[in-house]
Amino acid sequence: MDQLWIDLAAVLAAASPLVIAAMGETLSERAGVINLSLDGTMLLAAMTGFAVALTTGNLLLGFAAAALVGAAVAAVLGLFSLTLGQSQTAVGFVLALLCTDLSSFLGAPFVRVPGPAVPFTPIPVLADVPVVGTLFFRHDPVIYASFLIIPATAYLLYGTRLGLIVRALGERPAAVYARGVDVTRWRYALLIAGGALVGIAGAAFSLDLKQGWSYRHTFGAGWIVLAIVIFGGWRPWRVALGCYLFAALEIVATRSQSALPNIPTQIVQVAPFVLMIFVLALVNLASSPAAMRRVATLPQIWQRPLLGAINRLRATAPAALGQPFERP
Amino acid sequence: MRTDRLKLAANLTRPLLALVAAFALTTLALLSTGVSPLEAYRLVLFGAFSTPVRLSDMIMLAAPLLLCAVGLSITFAGGLYNLGVEGQMIAGAIAAMVPLRLWPDWPPLLLWLLAGLSGAAGGALWALLIGALRRYANVSEIFAGLGMNFLASGLALYMVLGPWRRQTSASLSGTDLLPRDLWLPTIDRLRLAPAAPVIALLALAIVWWALTKTRWGLEVRAVGLNPAAAGRLGVAAFRRMAETLAACGALAGIAGMLQVVAVHHALIPNISSGIGLLGLLVALLARADPRWLLPIAVAFASFTVGSIQLPLTLGIDSAIAGVLQGALVLFALVARARVR
Repeated sequence: MDQLWIDLAAVLAAASPLVIAAMGETLSERAGVINLSLDGTMLLAAMTGFAVALTTGNLLLGFAAAALVGAAVAAVLGLFSLTLGQSQTAVGFVLALLCTDLSSFLGAPFVRVPGPAVPFTPIPVLADVPVVGTLFFRHDPVIYASFLIIPATAYLLYGTRLGLIVRALGERPAAVYARGVDVTRWRYALLIAGGALVGIAGAAFSLDLKQGWSYRHTFGAGWIVLAIVIFGGWRPWRVALGCYLFAALEIVATRSQSALPNIPTQIVQVAPFVLMIFVLALVNLASSPAAMRRVATLPQIWQRPLLGAINRLRATAPAALGQPFERP
Repeated sequence: MRTDRLKLAANLTRPLLALVAAFALTTLALLSTGVSPLEAYRLVLFGAFSTPVRLSDMIMLAAPLLLCAVGLSITFAGGLYNLGVEGQMIAGAIAAMVPLRLWPDWPPLLLWLLAGLSGAAGGALWALLIGALRRYANVSEIFAGLGMNFLASGLALYMVLGPWRRQTSASLSGTDLLPRDLWLPTIDRLRLAPAAPVIALLALAIVWWALTKTRWGLEVRAVGLNPAAAGRLGVAAFRRMAETLAACGALAGIAGMLQVVAVHHALIPNISSGIGLLGLLVALLARADPRWLLPIAVAFASFTVGSIQLPLTLGIDSAIAGVLQGALVLFALVARARVR
């Protein structure tokens, strides 16, 4: 039984960079801006964070530099798409490739150099509580932060006036504009704040979860996070659940390696992403009008719970996601 | 009159400014490593033309790159971001291997034809799955494409390590090499197989004609500009979307087939080597305008081939080619922004 809790704690730890990045992306997508550069941003931030922490010997400076890189890339995306009116998808994609290559080029001197790492810091007293202590209080500060950021994001979005504005920016920018909110300026703010979180997530790889730097160090994590945000329906708790499910799948996949020796590791590693897209497709299929009509023909007793389940699973994108905003 | 002249000036200076900005960013990256940027540029920009061997390598990279970019200019015209092009190339390569492995003693000419057809079909099928996901399951083509890329690379790995593994022992370096007479014939002592660039140029000509001179092309562009309006005007929007995806997938599949019969002579896990994604950059920079596809594909291929010598001669990473390519596209996007 103890082994189960230790495994679950490992899942919580493994998902920490994904959670931090996914919350950042959720914030900017809820405000209506899709930051497709995620994968490149995370790599460049991971490399910069590691390089800075290594040369200055200061972990905090490393994380600050990574956050700065993430914010800067987001600001470039904002400048080109929000101010200069280019497609968010096109600019984001180009930035993803550009930052990936920049990280490979500039990071070459740091490949496989041993460097500093975030120290393991169990929380006194709480760490000794059975089960709960193992699960939540025997980690390091980055992982604690990943726990706290989920309720914080949810509270920000659903519990504050700021969150109301953010959600309106993504759903009906014209309405908030009529209320006197500067849509472009707010979208910049959310995009840059989200980008800083994505940068920190990159450093969470290079300084904590997968310590050090190597070519394409994060193994496509940015693309995975983008898919998880959609999978989670742009809702913080569900997005976080998606991150944990993904991390759990990866761990199960690597463990099953010994049980199924004729299937190579690399195949097992691509499985979670494919599975996620597959589940997303199934959910969308179930909530399509055709499926709804089929549900309507079922007996009454079945309809209520089925519709309830479908509504719970359904993921609708912010209505103005990726759309340019023109002042009316 | 004055505004016209201003606009003309803007039209000329903006691309130049974009060029300057892209090189400035790349130069900054080069300076940070302490090598002489001039020396590095000499290799990146002209290295591919320095010897016949490198020139032939460049052409063999430019051919699949052009095929992908041509295919992507169709999907761009139809308003789709086909990020799945990488997976379509892999699917094409795997499909092309099937006839080559099944009937290795058939006449080579027939086998190449079969491999081409099968590769095109494999790529098209992979692309149509994206269309189906978008149409019926409401998954955006970007993420459907990414998912299909992961699936295709998983499938390639499985084939290389599983059913098609080397006779001696399974190896990540790929399947057994094809029999020598199934390699696309090359100009002697070089790795240049003339058929590859010929196929790519043919594809460019056909797609150029289809997009600009036919009713089909007009309808595709109408769907790209506004699917709802095109639908009202009686264009079968979903059909056109599926056709553009299938066409792009088929071209990417042929590119994958060329990688098998003309470059690697085997199926390797990384058979697409990022050519599809580079093709997206080419198509974005060319703005899906067929006239620019060839020069940009050749330029980008020569940067990549030229940069291969960097680690040996200057001790810096070859990724600088990618930095230059990305920066060029990025700043070109800004140069196109409307003047407000």
